[in-house]
Amino acid sequence: MLLEFRDIHFRFSNKSLKDVIDGFSMEVRAGEVVTIIGPNGAGKSSLLAIAHGALKPQKGAVLFEGRPVAGMSRREIAGHMALVSQASDVRFPLTALEYVLTGRFAHAGALGFDSPVDVETSMRALVETDAAQFAQRPFNELSSGERQRVVLARALAQEPRLLLLDEPTANADLSHQISLLSLVKKLTRERNLGAIVVTHEINLASEFGDRVALMKDGRLLACGDPQDALTDSLLSGLFQAQLIVDLHPLSGKPRVSWAVTSDV
Amino acid sequence: MRLLCLLLVAASLIALAIGSESIPAGGIMTAILAKLSGSRTDLTREQEVIIFSLRLPRIALAIGVGAALAMAGAAFQALLRNPLADPYILGVSGGAALGTILAIIFASSLSFGRPLFGFVGAGVATLLVYAMGRRSEDPSKLVLAGIIVSTFLSSIIVLLTALADITGLRNIPMWLLGDLSSGTGEGLLYIFAAVSISVVVLMTQARSLNLMMIGERDAFSLGVDTSRVRWITFLTASLLTGAAVSAGGAIGYVGLVVPHLIRLSSGTDNRLVIPASALAGALLVMLSDTIARTVLAPRELPAGAITALIGAPVFIYLLLRSRLS
Repeated sequence: MLLEFRDIHFRFSNKSLKDVIDGFSMEVRAGEVVTIIGPNGAGKSSLLAIAHGALKPQKGAVLFEGRPVAGMSRREIAGHMALVSQASDVRFPLTALEYVLTGRFAHAGALGFDSPVDVETSMRALVETDAAQFAQRPFNELSSGERQRVVLARALAQEPRLLLLDEPTANADLSHQISLLSLVKKLTRERNLGAIVVTHEINLASEFGDRVALMKDGRLLACGDPQDALTDSLLSGLFQAQLIVDLHPLSGKPRVSWAVTSDV
Repeated sequence: MRLLCLLLVAASLIALAIGSESIPAGGIMTAILAKLSGSRTDLTREQEVIIFSLRLPRIALAIGVGAALAMAGAAFQALLRNPLADPYILGVSGGAALGTILAIIFASSLSFGRPLFGFVGAGVATLLVYAMGRRSEDPSKLVLAGIIVSTFLSSIIVLLTALADITGLRNIPMWLLGDLSSGTGEGLLYIFAAVSISVVVLMTQARSLNLMMIGERDAFSLGVDTSRVRWITFLTASLLTGAAVSAGGAIGYVGLVVPHLIRLSSGTDNRLVIPASALAGALLVMLSDTIARTVLAPRELPAGAITALIGAPVFIYLLLRSRLS
């Protein structure tokens, strides 16, 4: 087992009345993409933060290959898992390659400059995300779609075993969303990586998730094959909206659309 | 880097040569070599005193203070992700100045009181500014917080100097603008100790700081122990500012201008920016001080007046640019 959430309970302060994560357990295997969907405030992003140790659960544990993440150093965690979220501007001028090179931090000493291996790994990562042509361009001048590929390249330069994607495609147009997630899926296959993708796009979650997890109020509502997890009744309960599920004509995966009732 | 070292040596020689009594640079070289080898120099007794007892310590102080302030600026800029950060603008120098004045009033018997109190003052001021302006995405908010802290601290300084009528405080107004004429051997020792320690410490953090400049969240997920780096950098920058201000007064804008110029010429990598800033900062303050003591000779200007003359326009340019982008 690559990653295991074991009965996680988390709240931001002891004073708050409600747990943000309330008894969450789930496993992620190498070579699979698990997509997580759920309404705003369900605790999806908090869960990713807990996975890589940015937030510490009050109860429960996260295990990476059987070892508690809580006992690992920052550097060690960064060598195991990489977080991909939306990239904002950098305030100091930086080329795309320099940006990707920061992904090598966990593998290099605190002193010294980037080794040829670091540069080679970073360039290879840029090639893999089809972003090699931006290498020498200033990061801030890239479009959001181009940036997203560079951010993914940085994650690959970390040489992780697990990718954590926190709404990586928000604000990106449809073609960018599809190409990024296709790329993530391809990488999990080729390199036997695990991936957790938090997204608001139910149909993307269905199409690209080997398993889909439904999350609400900090709890796991359902988790399984898209066909099992994305049912009319589960989804309508999750989003408090009337949703219709049929099958995608090409992929055969569940396809979710919404219905506007006449009394709205 | 090599060029900066050469420039620094050359400029030091020129600075030794010129002044109200000018002494040929060639003579100074041979005099220094003679002094080192223990033989007699060709200079007159008076010239020797000017060079070895007056100008050399002052130049050494300028080098130490300049290196310290420029490194502190580079560290603050990386730590706060803010190209406008500078110990003077952030009010950190003001905190160090207040600490130093408190040391003069209350702890004058303590030999390391001035740098110690300066360090504590710088640290408290940093924490204040940090708490006020850190969360804002707008870099100028932090500057605003710095100005508030600065003006508050200078009013306390004015009050203190007016109330406590101590001989040691007579030159305070001049010293507040940066005055290298009153340096002592001890001050020199502390500043060089602070600079040497800080260079080593900051170089171990330089790689982490590179990542922090992108964002703390990013740095954290990439493997940086961000809270540790933050504390180490913050303490080191405060140490540098405290030592520099207690020895040479609040010389402004060095920490702003120097790292910026270095970044323009050789990129943003802190593993280069930090040591190069130290050298260039030393060069800038020494040149400024040489101008300050020669341009109206025998009258002297505070070195800070010259650095502000260069620094303030650069600051306005950076501020406008950060606003526009």
